[in-house]
Amino acid sequence: MKRLHGIQLPQRKHAEARKIETIPLPKLVRIPMLMHLGTPCTPIVTVGEQVCVGQKIGAPADQNAVPIHASVSGTVRAITEFTNVNGSKVPCVEIESDGLQTLYPGCKAPVLETREQFVQAVRESGCVGLGGAGFPTFRKLNEPQKISMLIVNGAECEPYLTGDSRQIIENSGDILGGIHLVMQFLNIKECKIGIESTRPAALKQLAYAVAAEENITVCPLPPVYPQGAEKVLIYHTSARIVPEDKMPADLGILVMNISTLAFLYQYSRTGIPLVERVVTVDGNAVKKPCNLRVPIGTPQHDLLKYADCNFDKVKKLLSGGPMMGITLYSDELPVLKQQNGLLALTRVSHSEPTACIRCGRCMNACPMRLMPMELSRAYHKKDAEMLRTLRLSLCMNCGCCTYVCPAKRPLAEENQLAKQFLKEVES
Amino acid sequence: MNLLQASASPHERTPLRTGHIMGLVLLALLPAAVHGCFSFGLQAMFVLLATTGSAVLFECAARLIFRRPQTILDGSAAVTGLLVGLNLPPTIPVWQAVIGSFAAIVVVKQMFGGLGQNFANPAIVGRIVLMISFPSAMTAWTGAGTDAVSSATPLVSGNAEYWDLFLGNTAGCIGESCAAALLLGGIFLCIWRVITPVIPLSYLGSFALFTWLSGNDPLYQVLSGGLMLGSIFMATDYVTSPITPFGKLIFGIGCGGLTFLLRQFSGYPEGVSFAILLMNLLTPYIDRFTRIKPFGAVTGEKEASNE
Repeated sequence: MKRLHGIQLPQRKHAEARKIETIPLPKLVRIPMLMHLGTPCTPIVTVGEQVCVGQKIGAPADQNAVPIHASVSGTVRAITEFTNVNGSKVPCVEIESDGLQTLYPGCKAPVLETREQFVQAVRESGCVGLGGAGFPTFRKLNEPQKISMLIVNGAECEPYLTGDSRQIIENSGDILGGIHLVMQFLNIKECKIGIESTRPAALKQLAYAVAAEENITVCPLPPVYPQGAEKVLIYHTSARIVPEDKMPADLGILVMNISTLAFLYQYSRTGIPLVERVVTVDGNAVKKPCNLRVPIGTPQHDLLKYADCNFDKVKKLLSGGPMMGITLYSDELPVLKQQNGLLALTRVSHSEPTACIRCGRCMNACPMRLMPMELSRAYHKKDAEMLRTLRLSLCMNCGCCTYVCPAKRPLAEENQLAKQFLKEVES
Repeated sequence: MNLLQASASPHERTPLRTGHIMGLVLLALLPAAVHGCFSFGLQAMFVLLATTGSAVLFECAARLIFRRPQTILDGSAAVTGLLVGLNLPPTIPVWQAVIGSFAAIVVVKQMFGGLGQNFANPAIVGRIVLMISFPSAMTAWTGAGTDAVSSATPLVSGNAEYWDLFLGNTAGCIGESCAAALLLGGIFLCIWRVITPVIPLSYLGSFALFTWLSGNDPLYQVLSGGLMLGSIFMATDYVTSPITPFGKLIFGIGCGGLTFLLRQFSGYPEGVSFAILLMNLLTPYIDRFTRIKPFGAVTGEKEASNE
């Protein structure tokens, strides 16, 4: 089998050997009403109200959204407007912690007997894909197609990030429990776990955990970015190609992140919804890289402080990894459900783009076998037909093309602008 | 905390820049240039310095006049200038050599928009301009090491030893005579992934095959004239050669076939420059018909059969 292209990146997994730690409880959490792909939730608490951990504070506005829960116990201080990093504005519930972390009495292990109950419970848990995109998990489980294979995404291909690796090393039992739940309720017979061959500790732990499992296999992946991208992962674990006009579910494949599965199992036992997550804190401004378990809504500042960050030197803050992460405009922004990393960088890499020399490095780096230099040219010419011919829609913004370009051209960024342009043309 | 920078992902870039690539090409050309200087003496060195220096100056001046940002630091002008010089006989008057650089940099490269926009390899056109303008100066050869004794190039005389051709103990252009030095440069470029060996191999391979089929000596033909220099350093120019591996293969075979035809049947003893120029012109068309299929792309025919 021919492997898909990609790039070799410096790993920088400084926090890999560090256990997941819990940070001191934040004094104030700010919980925005949009932490998933879809429409924002409506706040259902009022200012001054007492709330408990796990209490629902945001109700879904439509049937695709998932609810949002309080991550600390305390008093609702305010309901403000929150500016997302993409500029959109959503309501935001601010809760002052009373330090007690009283659990909401309604949090009980859900009754799970049928697939419908399972899907409904997953929705009520507020679970979204913890890998980064924030797609509501219940919607994946609710696809009408018959699923025959579960592919578990254990690839953590972005530099720095180690949260999933730590989950494997520390909570492999929960991960396995989550896999069993999904396989049981969706009647899936086969499961493959994809993980990079360069994670020996995690690989060993996984191999040990699934040794007695007949239907679960561990697939080592090449240490090439981006292994965690859905289509790349599917191809490298099952050799199946997802056609451009189909979804993985059309092939009978369900892909789930390893930390998401661990959460699902924990939820099935305790009934505590998604109110905390693991975030890797690193970057060259951080003296103590670490993996932190933090309540949703904690200010980034608290995480940086715990990791002994040199605040004066920080020039760039990233939510996520350096390849696909999003720049944060302030260290006061809260941790969201989708955030898997927090990087504080002291250097801004900005270089003026120069002329394309047609060296073809972008083409040879693209895992989707696109031709970024041709896409860029078509975008500058505003040639919608050519953009479609070159399959712009297959670009997943992994950033390989921009990374390798010796002329420092922002190829991946232009592809996203081109998608916007196509949308405008088509409407 | 400072004001934070906001930017689109990715936030990391490879340190490799265009200038580094050009630097590697200059390094790869060094063995051939050094051999030329030792073999043909100071005169050859002056020609190389003149073409390289003037190319950089022309680039600088052209960018100033056209009011575009300066680009001399990317090294592409130096590469073009050096290639022009290596393609000239050592006895050429320096002012004529400078005209070659002018044609390459100003006319072919900058007038079409600078690096990445030229439709033909600048150094090739520079050489062709000189060949047509000053035919006698461009075909006045001195043997290697023997000062001012005129002699025919091995391509014309047809009586050199393989070993002399390989090591460059023959007459010819400054940079073309020593196949060993050029091969060394080519291997260096492949190891550093500056070029892939597809174009040089398909060019040399197809040319050797055609020559053998026509009853000539393929090894002699491959080692003599500007073929090694052209196939390794000129035909592999990023801007004017196809981008996909299959496109490169077609390009190389086209160059090989045309070089064979021109050497056998045209009035010129040499065909490399014209062959590469002609294939340069075909490159946009080759590119269009050799696009790679994206991963998971559904082609029109398949869609039709599904319906």
